[in-house]
Amino acid sequence: MTSIQGAEAGAEAGQGSRRDVAVVAFAQTVHRRSTDRLSEVELVLPVLQDVLKQTGLTTDRIGFTCSGSSDYLAGRAFSFTMALDGVGAWPPISESHVEMDGAWALYEAWVKLRTGQADTALVYSYGKSSPGSVRDVLTRQLDPYTLAPLWPDAIALAALQTQAAIDAGLTDERALAATAVRSRRAAEANPHAQLRGSADVGELLEQPYEVRPLRRHDCPPVSDGAVAVILAVGDTARALHPRPAWIRGIDHRIEAHQPGVRDLTDSPSTRLAAARAGAFDAPVDTAELHAPFSVQELILRRALGLSDATEVNPSGGALAANPVMAAGLIRIGEAAARIHRGESRRALAHATSGPCLQQNLVAVLEGEQS
Amino acid sequence: MSDVQKSDVQISDVKQADVLSAPLVVEFPFTRSTGPVIGAFLTGLRERVVLGIRGSDGRVLCPPAEYDPVTAEELHQLVALDGTGTVTTWAWNQHPRPYQPLDRPFAWALVRLDGADTALLHALDAPPPDSGDPRAVRTGLRVTVRWAEQRTGAITDIACFEPLPTTTAEEGQA
Repeated sequence: MTSIQGAEAGAEAGQGSRRDVAVVAFAQTVHRRSTDRLSEVELVLPVLQDVLKQTGLTTDRIGFTCSGSSDYLAGRAFSFTMALDGVGAWPPISESHVEMDGAWALYEAWVKLRTGQADTALVYSYGKSSPGSVRDVLTRQLDPYTLAPLWPDAIALAALQTQAAIDAGLTDERALAATAVRSRRAAEANPHAQLRGSADVGELLEQPYEVRPLRRHDCPPVSDGAVAVILAVGDTARALHPRPAWIRGIDHRIEAHQPGVRDLTDSPSTRLAAARAGAFDAPVDTAELHAPFSVQELILRRALGLSDATEVNPSGGALAANPVMAAGLIRIGEAAARIHRGESRRALAHATSGPCLQQNLVAVLEGEQS
Repeated sequence: MSDVQKSDVQISDVKQADVLSAPLVVEFPFTRSTGPVIGAFLTGLRERVVLGIRGSDGRVLCPPAEYDPVTAEELHQLVALDGTGTVTTWAWNQHPRPYQPLDRPFAWALVRLDGADTALLHALDAPPPDSGDPRAVRTGLRVTVRWAEQRTGAITDIACFEPLPTTTAEEGQA
């Protein structure tokens, strides 16, 4: 443990629950359809080096490391141990992994920092979907007795959710296409996005269905990519960034797995997580929503009660780049980066996991109170 | 590999032709016990019976769950259901993918069986001449189970759902 950590751990621990945690660095790859010339560790290494360079930290000064990835993408058990080569795990480090989107790895790191077990944390995640067919691979996360044997792919399940929203009168194919257009045009300003720019709504609606009522533009691209974030507490965070993005609240909730048990047109777990994270205490100027399918942005907007005053997915969101296991943590990173740049005072970041928005995480980030 | 060597690797220099590839079959060679609830459900399907289960609030869940989705209470009271129900949402699958229930265009559907309060996911296929025609499918459509000829105690013992014949006739007159 370094002198900074030693000194800080004592100082911050004395403040009890006032161990405020902030995002102080964020980096992501340029997301691509395929990176078959890169191993996972080669995909991850540049973003790890980037966040360390931004803060001037070295790996021996990181108190806790946590990652998110999926063996189902890599096709082998304990695949994340390979990526640890990119961190440098010798001498031994304090490390953990979640078989989830990196947003949940960030949650675990946040708990470690809040409870005084570390003062800095490196969080990263990655997804390399290109070696397989991710829409089919994702069927393996479903109930093994009643769902997985039918191989309902990710687009099919999202199509059922979309039709339910259309039947409920919440949206139509034209409005969904407009969401896709807005997301991909916003991504023109995002050099990391995979799909940048879009044809007009009319042109998109002439395209064939993938799984009706979804057309290709309603679905996320298949992406390879990685993301890394550094968290720090209190004065350590202030020393590492002039404008830390403070995590004012973070919570995650899950709903029943069976899609037929849930109201697919609503997201009560998002609403509950948002309430527990304090999202409804004051308006947010920015929201980065992890909505891989066009209808999911609408469902999340409604669950979060977002008004037109909130800028939604200025990065282009998951419709512009969707590296599985990284796209949720990227939302937190994008929201934090807006605060770092002084473009946002209070931002909401959301991540999802499972079919049809089954599980949801909400974080509220703020700039320094002046 | 030392740090120096690591930084010397120029990834962009690797030619496409240098990338090796090999087939990889991922397998999970485990056997599992399906337990008293899922086991009963799957055994029922083999005998052409669809079972639901009564939840903590009295609602009937189908497919049945071992634990209540809201209260997490352990559930026991199995309920036999008719094989008829109503489509609550659907999606037209023009290009079926490997291993899916049918190899011709079909609808995915959530079906709330009569006597149940939740919906079951499966395929929906109209008999000829409407097979393969999305116009034969809508939310609210009345459907019935089409059983597989060979049943093994699996969700695929339901080959798919198909529209109830009477409903089709009534709609034709409407």
